[in-house]
Parts: sequence; C-alpha cells; structure tokens
Amino acid sequence: MPTFTRETVEHLGHLAQIALTDEEATRMQGELNVIADSINKVQEVASDDVEPTANPVPLEAYLRPDVPEKPLTREEALSGAPATEDGMFVAPRILGGDE
Amino acid sequence: MPEKLMKYSDAVKEFDPVFGLETHVELCTQTKLFCPAHEEFGAEPNTELTPVSLGLPGSLPVVNKTAVDFAIKLGLALHCQINEWSQFARKNYFYPDMPRDYQISQFDKPTNGNGYLDIELDDGTPFRVPIERAHIEDDAGKNTHVGGADGRIEGADHSLVDYNRAGVPLIEIVTKPVEGGGDRVPEIADAYMRAIRDIVRALGISHGRMEQGNMRADVNISLRKKGETKLGTRSETKNVNTFRGIKKTLQYEIRRQAAILDEGGEILQETRHWDEATQTTAGGRVKSDANDYRYFPDPDLVMLHITQDHIDEIAKTMPEMPREHRARLQKEWKLSDLEMRDIINADALDLVEETVKDGATAAGARKWWLGEISRVANERSLSLEELPITPADVAEVEKLVADGKLNDKLAKQTVTGVLAGEGTPDEVVKKHGYQVVSDDGALDKAIDEALAANPDVAEKLKSGNMKPMGAIIGAVMRATHGQADAKAVSALVIKKMKG
Amino acid sequence: MSAANENELVKLNAAQMAEKIRNKEVSSRELVDAELDVINAAEPELHAFLHVSADEARAQADEFDKKNAAGETEGLPELAGVPIAIKDMIVTKGIPTTAASKILEGWVPPYDATVIKKLKAAGMPLLGKTNLDEFAQGSSTEHSAFGPTHNPWDTERVPGGSGGGSASAVAAFEAPLALGTDTGGSIRQPGSLTGTVGVKPTYGGVSRFGAIAMASSLDQIGPVSRNVLDSALLQEVIGGHDVRDSTSIPMDVPPIAKAAREGYKRDLKGVRVGLVKQLSGDGYQPGVEARFNEAVKLLQDMGAEVVEVDCPHFDYALAAYYIIMPSEVSSNLARYDGMRYGLRVMPPEGVPQTAANMMAYTREAGFGDEVKRRIILGIYALSAGYYDAWYGSAQKVRTLIIDDFNKAFEKADVLVAPTSPTTAFKFGEKMNDPLTMYMSDVATIPANMAGTPAMSIPAGLSDDGLPVGFQFMAPQKHDEQMYKPAAALEAALEEQWGGPIWQSLKTPWLGDNANAAK
Repeated sequence: MPTFTRETVEHLGHLAQIALTDEEATRMQGELNVIADSINKVQEVASDDVEPTANPVPLEAYLRPDVPEKPLTREEALSGAPATEDGMFVAPRILGGDE
Repeated sequence: MPEKLMKYSDAVKEFDPVFGLETHVELCTQTKLFCPAHEEFGAEPNTELTPVSLGLPGSLPVVNKTAVDFAIKLGLALHCQINEWSQFARKNYFYPDMPRDYQISQFDKPTNGNGYLDIELDDGTPFRVPIERAHIEDDAGKNTHVGGADGRIEGADHSLVDYNRAGVPLIEIVTKPVEGGGDRVPEIADAYMRAIRDIVRALGISHGRMEQGNMRADVNISLRKKGETKLGTRSETKNVNTFRGIKKTLQYEIRRQAAILDEGGEILQETRHWDEATQTTAGGRVKSDANDYRYFPDPDLVMLHITQDHIDEIAKTMPEMPREHRARLQKEWKLSDLEMRDIINADALDLVEETVKDGATAAGARKWWLGEISRVANERSLSLEELPITPADVAEVEKLVADGKLNDKLAKQTVTGVLAGEGTPDEVVKKHGYQVVSDDGALDKAIDEALAANPDVAEKLKSGNMKPMGAIIGAVMRATHGQADAKAVSALVIKKMKG
Repeated sequence: MSAANENELVKLNAAQMAEKIRNKEVSSRELVDAELDVINAAEPELHAFLHVSADEARAQADEFDKKNAAGETEGLPELAGVPIAIKDMIVTKGIPTTAASKILEGWVPPYDATVIKKLKAAGMPLLGKTNLDEFAQGSSTEHSAFGPTHNPWDTERVPGGSGGGSASAVAAFEAPLALGTDTGGSIRQPGSLTGTVGVKPTYGGVSRFGAIAMASSLDQIGPVSRNVLDSALLQEVIGGHDVRDSTSIPMDVPPIAKAAREGYKRDLKGVRVGLVKQLSGDGYQPGVEARFNEAVKLLQDMGAEVVEVDCPHFDYALAAYYIIMPSEVSSNLARYDGMRYGLRVMPPEGVPQTAANMMAYTREAGFGDEVKRRIILGIYALSAGYYDAWYGSAQKVRTLIIDDFNKAFEKADVLVAPTSPTTAFKFGEKMNDPLTMYMSDVATIPANMAGTPAMSIPAGLSDDGLPVGFQFMAPQKHDEQMYKPAAALEAALEEQWGGPIWQSLKTPWLGDNANAAK
C-alpha cells in the first residue's frame, strides 16, 4: 500500500486546515508518494544508538529579564486584520460546522 | 435529556473513584512568557501585544527568566524533581484565539517532574496527592461571543478576539491518578485545590484568584469496581473555574458514571464541560482531530538549562509553606484546631494574620473577620479581600476599643462605616463624632431631661416597675448620639429612683 | 549625473561605493538614484523586485548624506550609505512584506526585523523587497505568487531560488548588495545560477528575528553581493548576538572582512581544503564539474593542501531535509489563518460559515501548490504513529551529518563542492517534477542540516555560457575559515578572466549593447 492513500491526504488536508479540492488531493497523492519513496530511506541509518538533534548549534536558553517594553499600539495590532469590531479581531462563528 | 444518575452514597459503595486534576495557574510575572508585553487584568482589548504575542510573521519567542524562577519555586514546594534540562514543544491545533495556531508548552521534557503535596481535609484527615509534573506553557487569547444568548458560544453569530491574554505564562500542575480517596474524592480535590491556591500565593507566583481566572482545572475521573486494580475509562471535564464547580463536577461524574457502569454500559472517553446553570457536566462538542497535536520540540527555542546553583539560589528565597505557617500561627495565637479551621475555611487566615501584625489580638482579629465582616461579605457576595476594609482598619478599631474610646456598639458602627466606604476608622469616628460618654455629669443631665420629658415613665420607675427603663435609655442614647454607655445609664437611673 | 556615469557607478562593488561616499566623491542619494534608474529599466525584463521603496530609500539616503556632511558618521560600519535590496521574506516596518504569497498580500508590518534595524542604523538605504519562491519554498522563484524572476544571464532561464530576486537584482546591477534567507540553499544556489556571491552564515550568527520563518532550525539570513569582501562587510553589519532570538549565538561576528582581505593576498599555505566525495559525480553537469576541478587546482596552486573527505551520511541529507523542513513549515505556516493579518476567504455558499471553514478556504486560496504540498508532508511526518519513523529518524540523520562534518573538519579547514549540480535551467523545466527540483539543493542542504557556514562564489561559465558556483563550507562559528580561501579563489579567477565574471554579462537594460565596462 502506498504511504499516502487518498483518505490519508484528505485527513491531512483537514489537519492542515486547508480545503483541498478533489483535483488537488488526487494530484498531491501521486506527488507525495514519489517523495515518500525517496525520503523513507532515512530509516536505514537512524539506529537506536543515535541521539536526535533538534537544533544544529548546541545552545542553552537565554533567559530574558522580566521587564516590560512598549507594546504595539492597538492601531498597529489591528492594522493587518481582515475584520475588526470594537477594537477586537472578528472570527466567524466558532460552532455550527460539521464537527 | 437529563442523564441517569446513581445516588452518591450507593455509587461510592459500589465503585472506587480515581481522579486526577490538571490545574492551570496563571503566573503574576510583569511580562508574558515569551515577550516583554505587560499583562494586566482588565486592560483595554489588544493593547498588551508585541509582534510575538500577536504571532506576527518573523517574531520569535524568548523565555522570561522570572517565569522559570517561579516554576522552580513551585517545583520545590511540590517536592518535584526539577529537571536539569527541559524543553519547550509546540502543541499544534487551530483555534481563533491562538495567535500562532500552536501553543508553546512542554511535552516529554517538563521542568518539574514527580512530586507530591500533603493536604488536610476539613476534619484534619491528612492525605498525600501524588504529582506527575508541573510544566510551563503559554495561554491563549479570549473570545467574546456575539449574537447568541448570554454570550454563549452556542448560537453565536460571530466572536470577537482579544489577544491580551495570549502569551501569559501558566504552570500546569498535573496529578498522578489519585487513588484511595473513596467517598471523600470531592473533598480531597477541594482541599488540594485550596492548598495549591495557598501555596502559589505564599510563593508570590500567582494571585491565585479563581474568580479572575488565575486558576482553572481540568477534572479527570474514572470508576472501577471495588477490589479491581485496573483503571476504568475516564472522562475529562475542561476548564472548571470555581472550587465548588470542581467538587460538584466530581460528585456529578461519580453519580453519572456509576449509573452507566451499573447498567453494564461503557464510559465514553470524552471531553465534558461543567455547566454552572444546570449543575451538570455536558459531553458532546468533541473537537475533531484534537487528539493529534503533533507535538515536536519548538525549533525557535533551545533547551532550558537549570543548574543546581540556580535551584539553590531560589531555595534560599522560599517562604514558609502554608501548612507549617498555619501550625506556627495556631500555636502563637493559642487557638483550638476548630477555631483555626474556621479561619482557614473562611479564607481569612492572611487577613487575620495581617491584622494581628498591625497590633490587634488574635481573638479580636478573628472576631471581626469571621463575624461582622464575613456577614457583610456574604450579603454582598464578595470575598473578604474585596471589601473596602483592610487589616489595618480592623486593628485600628480594636485599638480604639482597647483604649476605651469606643464601646462595642460604636466599634461595630465604625466598622459599618468603613464597609460603607466612609473612610478609615478614624475618619468614620470623626465624621459621626463617635465617643464613649461615661462621664456621670453629662449623663446625669441627659437622664434628668429624659425623666422630665416622660413623667409617666418616671412614675412607673419610681414605683419599682423597671419595664419602661428602655424608653429612658433610648432617650439618653438619642440625646448623646448613641455614645452613652447603656449599662452606666441604667445604673444611674436605678440610683436616682432609689435616691 | 549622466547615464554613462550612472552605469559606471552601479557597477562598483559595495566597498568601492562606500569609499567614494567617505571621500565625498558621491552621495548616498546619487547611488540610490542610480540604482533606482537601473531598477526602472531592468524590471520589465527581470522582475527581481516585488516592491520598490523609492521614497523611503531616498529619504534614508538624504538623512545619511546630511550626517555625512556634518561629519557625524563616526562609528558607522564601512558600508554606511550604500543601498541594499531585501528579500521579501524579511519584515520591514511600513514597507509591504509578502513572502511572495497571496496569503500575505498587502500586509504592512508594524515592526522591523533585527537585521533591518541594523541596516538602518548603519545608514544603508533600503531599495525594495525582492522576489522569491512563496515562503522561500522552491529553487527557481517560479513558485512566487506574483510571477517568476528572470535570470539576467538568460531571461528564458530561472535565477534559482528561493532567493532568485536578490541574486538577479545584484547580478543585474539593480543593487550592489542584497539580503537573502537560506534554509536549504536559497542564498547559495541562486548565487551559483546568477554568477554572484551568496553566503549562509553559521546558524545563529545572524538574528532571525523578523525573518519570516520557513523552517526555524535551518533558516539563516545572509548576504548577497558581487564579490567576497562585500559579503564579509555586510555580514559584519547584520551579524552578532540578538536577545530577541533564542537561537542566536552569544558571540561577536568572527573576523571575516579581515579574513577576506587576507585572502586577496592569494597565499593559502597551511590551508587544508577537503573535497567532499559525496558531492560530485552522478547528476553533476560536466561543465559544472570542469569549472569546479579547475578552481580546486587554483586553490592548490596558491598553496592549499587538498584532501578528500568522506561524509557518508550526506547521501541521506536531502531525505532528512525533506522531513525536517516540511515538519517545521507545517507548524510555522499555521498562523496564516485569516484572523489577524493577510487574506481572508469565506467559504462558498452551502458550506457552514464557521471560523474553521474560513481558515480552511483562506489557506486553500492563499497558499500555492508547493507550500500546500510541504505542509501536508510535514503534518504527516509529525503525526502520532509516524513521528518516530520520519521526524525522529530525520533528527537522527541530522546528528550523523554533524558527526560527518566534525570528522571532516579534523582533516580539513574548509570543505568544497559545486554549489549546484547544474547551471540555470529553463522555466517550466522542473515545475512538474518536485523531486528533480529538490535535487537542485543536494549540495547545499548538508550545511543547513549541520548549522555550518557556507558560501557560493562564481567559478566561471559552463560550456552553455551560464555561471557555475563554487561552494565553501567551514566549521560552525568559524565563518572566517571560508572567507579567506573564497577571496583568494575569487582573486585568482578574476586574474584569469581579466576582471569580474560580470564582464561577460550582456546588460541591455543599462543601454549598452556591447559587453559592459572597460
């Protein structure tokens, strides 16, 4: 069975919050399986005795002093918003979908 | 459709409840967890944001040192293993109030692991709650729902988002499954939550006010047949934000789950919500795919390194823990267990302590906070701290009484005045001219006038009928604006009649 | 200023421009105006810019000139007053920033990236925002939502990517300098394809604050220029520790300009150069290999000791990269949800008008194919049940690649390889074959995986007349170790060619039909 079935792609589209079209999902399934075949080989050398690396340069966290700085103005914060009301960002209704 | 419930006493006879709490404590740092935006309760919407807390493209998180220090403090208080290396991870899910559509939390490498908290139930029974972890994470923004009934999400037309709270540091304290609580599970949970509240306040890491959202809990519970060891399927009730709600959630869930299991049914592993209006938990609203958060180490943040030196530094600043503190105070104040518990259960310990520090006796402080002030707080549905009276005010009133400047009645009137917002006790006393009048000369005159104004009463008194004495005392009180000492008036009248 | 004079001016290197500014032979404003003229003339053919910030650039230049006239430029970097172009992946306050994506179209950031603050403080005017593959995802700029950039060497061909805009702009004299971002080769591969210098500093050497994140553990901002010294000088302006970036290394910029100047003396005695066995052979165009080998010979002639190094896990770098990168992409690009900035698309009629659906239709409409593909791939790699096999394994491969580098750097001070296996390809040639496109970065990805510094410099023209790039890789935090041999090689090659590689570039937009200059 291929890594990416049609159902997998649709499920992933859902998790990605992207309303893929049928045509897209079909095309993507093919492309993803080609990619999957070539990247699956990472498992060949990833043995148990190898530690994973998340960050290439070993550093420990710098801890910031707890001192406030000037925030964005509300106008700046809202300047890019697609929709605002009473100084707040507008979201369409949260319930009432297909959940 | 109301759910079937089993009687609580039957449910705990048949089943053994095992619960767990995930308590979110909002830290009272000056700035957010990952950016230097100030955070204050009640600020104008969307005015406490930096590019980081608004999730603007290109912005990056940097850890707040104080938040880490606070986590270490809490770790020490909960006897946790404080991990030398901990890591922030991303918890990925989409929601309008999440500026980045992922939360930065800790996953497999939390700052605090494995600890415990010893608590006491109302009757003094000790209980140990095992702690799984206490990790650091950031909060989301707040949605206000518009167009539905009572601002509820159900039926709303749209929502308005204020991201001020986004990025505020939280510590999530996760208990291990708490076993052996039996029928006292709700009480244990309640005592645990109060203990956590007292600890975070004592440590100065959170305001610990549930009513302001500084603390909230996810309540997990499962039942198993008595004698079994395998855990049953649990329900999780999210974001319960009152002590009562937590207790009631557990009571309700025990009864609900028992009814299902009793009929051979199965418990659905689901997320539920506590509904204050109906006093029930409600299921449903399962967020689709919410179970796969795709946690992975946040590549914008590197490992958090906590050295033993750092821990030792923090350890030096640890205050006395609430339990030890209480034991010490009880001894100092010479109170019985019961008296002490009354103070604690009334949430008045800090206030009484503060009042004693300001010069009052423990008995005096206790009397006021648990008496008149508690009564007014109840009347107004406010906590003691929310009333316009301070420990210093109470100590001042007590001092006036001790100095003989106020009698009990005037003292109470003074407190009433302070509670009415008339100012400090001194100001109230001055405003009303409160002053104890025990000077015989001044009273004499008032009594003579009263007797003269009420000849029929004077007649009766003279004939030995003492019943109308009240009328004379009342008149004298009026004449002296309530400042007369009633006993002294009565004694003088009798003396006059006999004379 | 006459057109001819302007043409001479824009062909100067940044360091030369800076010198003329210091000597008051030319003003920052004159340089800005000259570059804006070139941009006006070249853009119809090249489309290297998404936004030209002419007014802002002129104002900045005037401000600098005033200071310069008043003698208040002391302490400013050597490049003070020299204009620069910025890849549109870097956030600029008040200047539209799009990442070449429809989802951010029209967004005007309320803040500046750290590197932008540093450029402003240095008095370096911002000419505008350059084109790229959407969210820096691609190797040709064909994935830009606003149309591709053309390669000045052959406008039928791609300039590479993702930073094709910055590379083309610098190659075509629209700007003496540019900033890029490099996640898998996005500065170096376009450098290779356009005959320019492109540097990816050590990961953490330049602040990422304000660089729109593609894959946070791989992204790095770096310089684009027409010679090695200019890149060194620019990296010294933008580099150094930044407390706003937790992955920023708490150290000063290594002495790279000094190393470049040292390199121009063309003495490489004592320098050990490692040829990476795995980065040659199959898939490398013969013309690319020929130029590469000749350049290695030149290094040897200057006294370098050439050794072969074995990095067996480089063979797995591309595969691991195409797991780690999309994983981080899937999370970094979640924030584009139609709530706070950028595009919002409501669901069509018949679909519930909910927040979740709004997000899904916004992201469907706002992201291009390549971005969607990577998000989906990344979500899969991070999913419960596949995490260990994919993401977990890829992070282990990363460890092995770092080990390979460490071993190689025991034998060599600097590693070398061709930057790109091929020269510039034609539009559309690889668009329908993602895997072949991904192969363009096979030689540049290992440095990103290991956080090591790397750079590409022109090595000449292949038999197809197109530029070939030569890549140097140095140990983490030792960027100077590549700048020295790179400068030496540049000097040696230019001596052979009788001048910089761009002498061979036809520049009709400058109004001259013959080969430019001299």
